[in-house]
Amino acid sequence: MDYYDIFINVLSSTVRLSIPLIFTALAGLFSERAGVFDIGLEGKMLGSAFAAACVAYLTGSAWIGLGAGVVCSVALSLVHGFASITNRGNQIISGVAINFFIAGITIVLGQAWFGQGGRTPQLPPDARFAPIILPGADAIRDIPIIGPLYANVISGNNILTYLAFLAVPFSWWVLYRTRFGLRLRAVGENPGAVDTAGISVAWLRYRAVMCAGILCGFSGTYLAIAQSAAFIKDMSAGKGYIALAALVFAKWKPVPVMFACLLFGFLDALANFMQGKQVPLIGQVPVQVFQALPYILTCVLLAGFIGVAIPPKAGGVPYTKER
Amino acid sequence: MSTASVPLPNWINYGLIPLLNLIVAFLISGFVVWLIGESPLAALSLLIEGAFGSGEGIGFTLYYATSFIFTGLSVAIAIHAGLFNIGSEGQAYIGGLGCALVALALDNYVPWYVTMPIAVIGAGLFGAAWAFIPAFLQAKRGSHIVITTIMFNYIAAALMVYLLVHVLIVPGKMAPETRTFLEGGQLPKLGWIMTMFGSKLGAAPFNVSFIIALFAAWFVWVLVWRSKLGFDMRTLGMSPTAADYAGTPHARTIIIAMLLSGALAGMMALNPVMGSSARLQVEFVGGAGFVGIAVSLMGRNHPLGIIFAAILFGTLYQGGDWISFEMPNITREMILVIQGLVILFAGALEYMFRPAMVHLYQQFQRA
Repeated sequence: MDYYDIFINVLSSTVRLSIPLIFTALAGLFSERAGVFDIGLEGKMLGSAFAAACVAYLTGSAWIGLGAGVVCSVALSLVHGFASITNRGNQIISGVAINFFIAGITIVLGQAWFGQGGRTPQLPPDARFAPIILPGADAIRDIPIIGPLYANVISGNNILTYLAFLAVPFSWWVLYRTRFGLRLRAVGENPGAVDTAGISVAWLRYRAVMCAGILCGFSGTYLAIAQSAAFIKDMSAGKGYIALAALVFAKWKPVPVMFACLLFGFLDALANFMQGKQVPLIGQVPVQVFQALPYILTCVLLAGFIGVAIPPKAGGVPYTKER
Repeated sequence: MSTASVPLPNWINYGLIPLLNLIVAFLISGFVVWLIGESPLAALSLLIEGAFGSGEGIGFTLYYATSFIFTGLSVAIAIHAGLFNIGSEGQAYIGGLGCALVALALDNYVPWYVTMPIAVIGAGLFGAAWAFIPAFLQAKRGSHIVITTIMFNYIAAALMVYLLVHVLIVPGKMAPETRTFLEGGQLPKLGWIMTMFGSKLGAAPFNVSFIIALFAAWFVWVLVWRSKLGFDMRTLGMSPTAADYAGTPHARTIIIAMLLSGALAGMMALNPVMGSSARLQVEFVGGAGFVGIAVSLMGRNHPLGIIFAAILFGTLYQGGDWISFEMPNITREMILVIQGLVILFAGALEYMFRPAMVHLYQQFQRA
C-alpha cells in the first residue's frame, strides 16, 4: 500500500469517527453558551443510540429511528433542564445522574427485551442509513490524487455525515446571526441583563437545552444505526466527554468545534492505524498514548499553556431572580 | 421570602428529605422492574435476602460498603471545600498501583501487619499525587476541576492498561494483571466478627480495610469539624469571597483538600487489591469512585451519613447480584439505574421537596 492510500484510509476513518463528536460538541455548545453545563452529553448520546436502534429495529425505518433518538435525547435534556433551571440544582450532579441512569437502563431494558446481553438485534440494511455515492464518484475514481479523495472520503458517507458538516455553519448562523442566538449567548454571560430586558431566562435556557437534545439525538443515532448496525452496551465509550473536551479546545465557538472534533477523530483513527506498527526513530508507540492524548491536550489547554479558554461567565450558575 | 432560606430542623434536613429522595428513587426503579414484567416486591425481598440473608451475604455487603466509605469520604471532603471531585475513580485506580507496588515489594519478607501501614501510605500517596495536578491547575491556573478530573480518569485508565499489559504483567501469562501477592501482602478477613454474631463469612472478602475505613471516617470528621484546616475548607466551600476576606490561603486550601480527597480515594484500593483479589487487575475499581458521588450526596457529606449510605449501596450491589441471579431478566446494571436516580433526587433535585416540606412544617408549627 503506498503512502497516499494510507493517507486516504486514515482520513476517511477520521471523518467517520469525528461525526458523533461534532454533533455532541455542538450540542454542548448550545447548552453551555446559554449557561447550562452539560456533563450528561455522554448519557444522552447513549440513550438516543439505544432508542434509535430499538425503534429502527421494530419499524424497519432509519428515519423513524432517528426520530426516536432525538425524542429520547430531548426528554433527557428536559430532565436536566428541570433539575438545573427550574429547581436550581447542581448542573454537574444532574448530568452525572443522567449518565448513570442511562448506562444502566439501556442494558437492563436491552437484556429484558432482546435477551442478547444488552445489545439490540442486528439491523437489516433498510433500517440503517446507507452510504450515499455522490455523482461521478466512480467515474473519477482512477484520477490520481483527487480521484481517491473524492470517491473514498467525500463520497460514500451516509446522510448524517453530511448533516453534521452542515450543522456547523448552521449553528454558527443561529448563534451569531439570529436574535435567538444573541439572547442565548447573552444569557450565558449575564442572565440578569437578559432578565432586565424582559426576556425569560428560564424559557431561553430551556430552548437551549432542547437544541442540545436534538443535536445529541443525531449523534447517538449515528453511532447505533449509521456507523454500526445495532446498539452495543456502553457504545458511546467516553465520546461524550471527548466532545466536552473538544468544546473546551474550541473555546466554545462553532467552527473551531468542528476542527477540534476532527483533530480528536484523527487521533482516534491514528491510534487504530498505528496498533502494532513502528514509528521511525521512536519505535513502537503504545496505543494507550494515542488514547490518552485528547485528554492530556485538553488539560494542557485548560492550564492556559496554549491559549486561554474562557468559558461563558454564567456557566454552571443557576439563575435566581431575586432574593 | 423564598422557601430556601426558611430554617428546617435537622431531622427533616438530614433525615426526612434524604429518605424521601430515596423512596422516590426506589419507586421509579420499581416501575422499571414492573415494566420488564417482574414483580417489584419480589425483587425487593430478593434484594434484602441476598444482602442480609446469610453471613456470606452480609460479608459481601460490608465488603462493597468498605470501598464506598472511602470513595464517599473522598468526594465529601472535596465538596466541603467547594470542589466537585469527579476523579475519585482515577485516583483510586492509581492508588491501587501504589498499594500493589508496596505489596509486591514486601510480601516476601514481612507479615501483613507490617505491609499494611506502608500500603496505606503508598495507596494514599499515589492517589493524592493523581489528584495534585487537577488541584494545582484549579488553584493556580483557574481551570475547571470537574473537566480536569474527568480527563484524569481517562488518562489513569490508559496508563494502568499500559502498565498492566506491558510492565507489571507476569511473563508468559495472558491476563493483564500482576502476580498474586503472598500472604504478607494480603489483608486478613474479618471472619471473627461474623463468628461473634453466630454466622459464617464463607467466601465473602470482608476484610481489615473495613476497620481502616471506619478510622478514616472518624479522621474526616475530626478534620472537617474540629480543626483549623477544616474550618478554612468549609469557609472556602461556603463562600470563596468571605474566605478571601478572612485571609484563608485560597490556593493552599484547595490543594490540600484535593490531596486529602485523592488520598482517601487511593486508599479504597486496599479493599479490592489487598483484601480480595490479592493482585492488581484491570478495572478493579469498577465504578466505586462514581458510587462515591451518590454515597456522599445521600449521606449529606457527613462521615456518619456516608457510612450508612455506603452500607445502603453495599446492600444494593450485593442484593442486585442476587436479584440478577434469581431473575435473569433483571441484570446487574439495575444498580446503575438506582444509583442514577439517587444522585438525581438527592443531589440535583434536592430543593424539589423542600418548599412542600417548609409548607407542611409551618402548618404543623402553627397548629
